[in-house]
Amino acid sequence: MNKQYDVVIIGAGVTGCAAARYLSRYNVHAAVIERAEDVCAAGASKANSAIVHAGFDAKAGSLMAKLNVEGSRIMPKLAEELDFSYMNNGSLVVCMDEADYGKLERLYQNGLKNGVEGLEIVRGERLRELEPAVRSEAYAALWAPTGAIVCPFGLTVALAENAAANGVEFIFNTAVTALRHEGGAWSVQTDKGLIRADAVINAAGTYADVLHNMVSTKKIHITPRKGEYMLLDHAAGDFVKRTVFQLPTKLGKGVLVSPTVHGNIIVGPTAEDIFDRDGVNTTQAGLDAVRQRADLAVEGLPLKQVITSFAGLRAHEDGHEFIIGRAEGTENFFDCAGIESPGLSSAPAVGKMISDIVAEELKLDKNAAFIPTRKGITELKKLSMAEQNALIRQNSAYGRIVCRCESITEGEIVDAIRRPVGARSLDGVKRRVRAGMGRCQGGFCSTRVMEILARELKASLADITKSGGEAKLITGLAKQEAEKYETI
Amino acid sequence: MKQYDIAIIGAGPAGLAAAAAAYDAGAKNIIIIEREDAPGGILNQCIHAGFGLHTFNEELTGPEYAARFIARVKERGIDMLLSTMVLSIARDKTITAMNRTQGVFTIQPKAVVLCMGCRERSRGALNIPGFRPAGIYSAGTAQKLVNIMGYMPGREVVILGSGDIGLIMARRMTLEGAHVKLVAELMPYSGGLKRNIVQCLDDFDIPLMLSHTVVDIHGRERVEGVTIAEVGADLKPIAGTEEYYPCDTLLLSCGLIPENELSRGMGVGIHPVTGGPMVNESLETDIEGVFSAGNALHVHDLVDYVSEEAAAAGRNAAQFALAGNANEVCTQRICIELSGGIRYAVPSAIAPDRIQSSLTIRMRVGSVMKNKRLNVIINGEKIISRPRPVMAPGEMEQVVIMKDMLDKYAKVESILITTEDM
Repeated sequence: MNKQYDVVIIGAGVTGCAAARYLSRYNVHAAVIERAEDVCAAGASKANSAIVHAGFDAKAGSLMAKLNVEGSRIMPKLAEELDFSYMNNGSLVVCMDEADYGKLERLYQNGLKNGVEGLEIVRGERLRELEPAVRSEAYAALWAPTGAIVCPFGLTVALAENAAANGVEFIFNTAVTALRHEGGAWSVQTDKGLIRADAVINAAGTYADVLHNMVSTKKIHITPRKGEYMLLDHAAGDFVKRTVFQLPTKLGKGVLVSPTVHGNIIVGPTAEDIFDRDGVNTTQAGLDAVRQRADLAVEGLPLKQVITSFAGLRAHEDGHEFIIGRAEGTENFFDCAGIESPGLSSAPAVGKMISDIVAEELKLDKNAAFIPTRKGITELKKLSMAEQNALIRQNSAYGRIVCRCESITEGEIVDAIRRPVGARSLDGVKRRVRAGMGRCQGGFCSTRVMEILARELKASLADITKSGGEAKLITGLAKQEAEKYETI
Repeated sequence: MKQYDIAIIGAGPAGLAAAAAAYDAGAKNIIIIEREDAPGGILNQCIHAGFGLHTFNEELTGPEYAARFIARVKERGIDMLLSTMVLSIARDKTITAMNRTQGVFTIQPKAVVLCMGCRERSRGALNIPGFRPAGIYSAGTAQKLVNIMGYMPGREVVILGSGDIGLIMARRMTLEGAHVKLVAELMPYSGGLKRNIVQCLDDFDIPLMLSHTVVDIHGRERVEGVTIAEVGADLKPIAGTEEYYPCDTLLLSCGLIPENELSRGMGVGIHPVTGGPMVNESLETDIEGVFSAGNALHVHDLVDYVSEEAAAAGRNAAQFALAGNANEVCTQRICIELSGGIRYAVPSAIAPDRIQSSLTIRMRVGSVMKNKRLNVIINGEKIISRPRPVMAPGEMEQVVIMKDMLDKYAKVESILITTEDM
C-alpha cells in the first residue's frame, strides 16, 4: 500500500464518518483509515446511550454546548436525508429531592443560555402526564421537548455510506503507528504500509491524544471513561416514552432510562475512569451499579427483561471540552478530540465544522456532484402487506426470515453485505440490520447469518468472524479434530 | 387460501404429534406451519440416542424419533407448510405468515395449537460480566454447528450450566476431539437428567462443579479464558474463590425459555412460572380454541411426554374445531393448589366435568427432595399418594387422576398437590 490522498481521516466512528460525509461536499480525494474491520466497530460510537441530547447540560459558552445544540437541530433533517432511525421523544431530567431543586433550576438556566428551545420545569400532574413511569415522589423535572433518540449504528453507517457514495474511500483493518510531516505532506505510517496525505483529521476516539501528542507542541490527555449499560427486551419497550435522566452528578449524566428507536429500553451508564483504551468489558460492580441506580427516578423498571449488557468508553479529555481544529504547532493536522458525551448528538455539527476548517485551509472547491441523500436498507416489517408482497415477488430473499426475534429477512442481510462499506462480520450485520440483537441474542440466527456471509463474500465459513481479526467463530471441521487426537 | 379446521404452529415433536392425533380424532383439514426447511424441530440436531424409551420401548436418535412422527403426518396427508414464518396471530385466530413463494398471507383456522418450542437463555440474560468475544455459544447453537453443519465451535471448552443440552454437548464435543474442561453449575444440584450426568460427564471424566459460576469472560476477539467462582447459598460469588481457566469456548446451558411471542401477541395469558400459556384440562389457553403443547407450554426433559401431551392437545383441538366447542358442560373451574415445594403444575386450572377418562398433571419441584410422597388431595381427602425416593428440578413429575376418582364427589371443591415425608 502506498497511497496518496488530499485528506486522511483516522477513525471510522461517528465523528470520523461525519467528518468524511461533510468533507465529501468538497472536491477532495479522501480516505478514512480504521483499525477495526468496520465502521462503528471499536469505540464509543458502538456503545453509548443512543441519545440526541437537547443541549442544556454542556457548559454555556463552550464549544460542546454550541455543537450539541447545533447537532440536535441538524439531526431530524439529516435522518430524512440519510434514512436512519431517529425519534424526537423528548427528555426529562428528574429531581427527586427538593434540596436539589437549585441544581435543576441551574440546568434550566444553562439550557436557556445554550439556546435550547422549549425547556420547561414541570411538576405534579404535568410531569406524570409527560411520563407516567416517573416516581410519584419526584419533586420536579426539566422537560426538554427537543430531546431525541437515534440509532448510533444507523447514523454512523449512513454517514459512511453517503461519504463513500461521494467518493471517500474506507480502509479497514489498518492501524496508524506513526505520523511524520515531511516534504510538505503527512506520512501516515500504518501496520499495512505508508499512506500520504496533505492533511490529517484525527478522529481516533480514546486514542486521539496519542495521535495528537505525536505531532503537536501542546499536549492533551484523554482518559477512557467506562459506561456500562443494560438493554431490555421489546416486551418492556413501552416502559417509558421519554428519555428519563436523573439529575447529573460530577461523574456524568447519571443513569438514564430511555426507549431506543428499535423499541427496547436502555438503562445506564456508569462512569468509571480506566486506563485501558479498549477496555469495553462489563464488570460485576458496574452492572450492579446500573441495577442499583436504574430505578431511582422511575417506578417498576422490569430489570428481569435484560437481554444484554455492554460497556462503552467516553474519550474524556482533561478540559472536558471538544478539541476541534488545527493542532498547535502542526501544519494541516486537525483534531476532533475529546469527543465524549454529547459526542453522538454533536457528530453532524462536528463533521460540518471540521470539514469547513479543512476545506478552507486546503482551499477546496465545492463538490458540484455531491449527493446529499442515501437510501437505507429496506426493512420488510415496516412495509404494508401489499408492499411486502411486491418486494418478495421481486426478490424472494425478503420472504425468508433469518432472525426471528427481530423479524429480519435474508434480503435485508444480503443488502447489508452488498452495499458500499458493507458488513463483513456477524457484528457488522447485526449493527446494520439488527439480526442477532433480539431476545435470543443470535442463538438461532447466528449460524444462518454466518452461512449468508460466507456465500456473499465467497469465503469459507472458517473465515467468517464475529467482529474481524481473530474473532473466528469456528475452529475447524468436526470429526477432523477427533481424528487428529486419535493419532496422538 | 384453503379453509382449515386446525393450524398447528411448529413441526417439532409437539406439532407433529398434535397434528396426527387431531387427524385421528376426526379433523381432516389440518395445516402445520414450520419456519425451518424440514420438519422435526430441534430433534434434527439431537443425533444422540435416548429418545423414545417410553413411546416405542426402544432407544432412538432424535432424527429417528422425529421420522416416525413425520411419517404419521405424511401417511395422513396432512398439509405441511415449510420454510414459513408465522409473523403474528390475531385474537380471532387469523394467522399472518410469510414465505418465499407465497409472500405474506393469512389463514383463519377454527382452532390453533401453539407448538413453537423454546429458546435458550443467552449470555446477556444471564448478565455474565466481561468482554464479548467470539467463542461464546449457547449449547444448542454449538450442537447445530457440530451436528448439522459439521464445524467445531472450539477446542478448549468450558460449559456453564448443567442443563441436558449442555451435558449432551460435553460428550459430543469430547467425541469430536475437543477438550471439555468442566461443567460449572450455579445451583447446588444439576439441572439435567441423572442419566445424562452419568453418561455424558462421569463416563468421560468431565468434572461437574456445583455451586460455581462464570464471573468474568476474558479475550477481546476470541475467548481466551473464563474466571469461575464458587457461589454461596445466596447464589452470589464468594470473594477469594475465583479461579482462571484458559479456554477458547464457553458454552451456555442455563435454562430454556418457552417461545411465546406469538401467544403474547394474540393476548394469551402466560403463566408466571412456566413462561408458557396458562391452560386448562384440555390444554386450551384462555382464548377459546387456542391450545398449546410441548416446550412452548412448559419445558420438558423427555420428548416422549411432549408427544403424549401434544396428542392430547391435538385431540382437544379437533373436538373444538368439529363441535365448535371442546365440551359444552363446564359448570365450574378450580385452580390446582400446590404446596410442599412444587413450583408449578400444568394444567393450572381445570373444569372437573370436562375431564374425559383421565387427567395428567405434569409438574416440577423447586429443589432436590428425598424420601417424599407425592400426594393428590381432593376435597381434603388423599386420593393418590406415591412414594418418591428422589425428586429433582431437572426431572419432571406427573400424576394421573382418573375420572372415576373425581366422579366420587358430587362437587369437587379443591385439588391440592403436595409432598410429605415418606
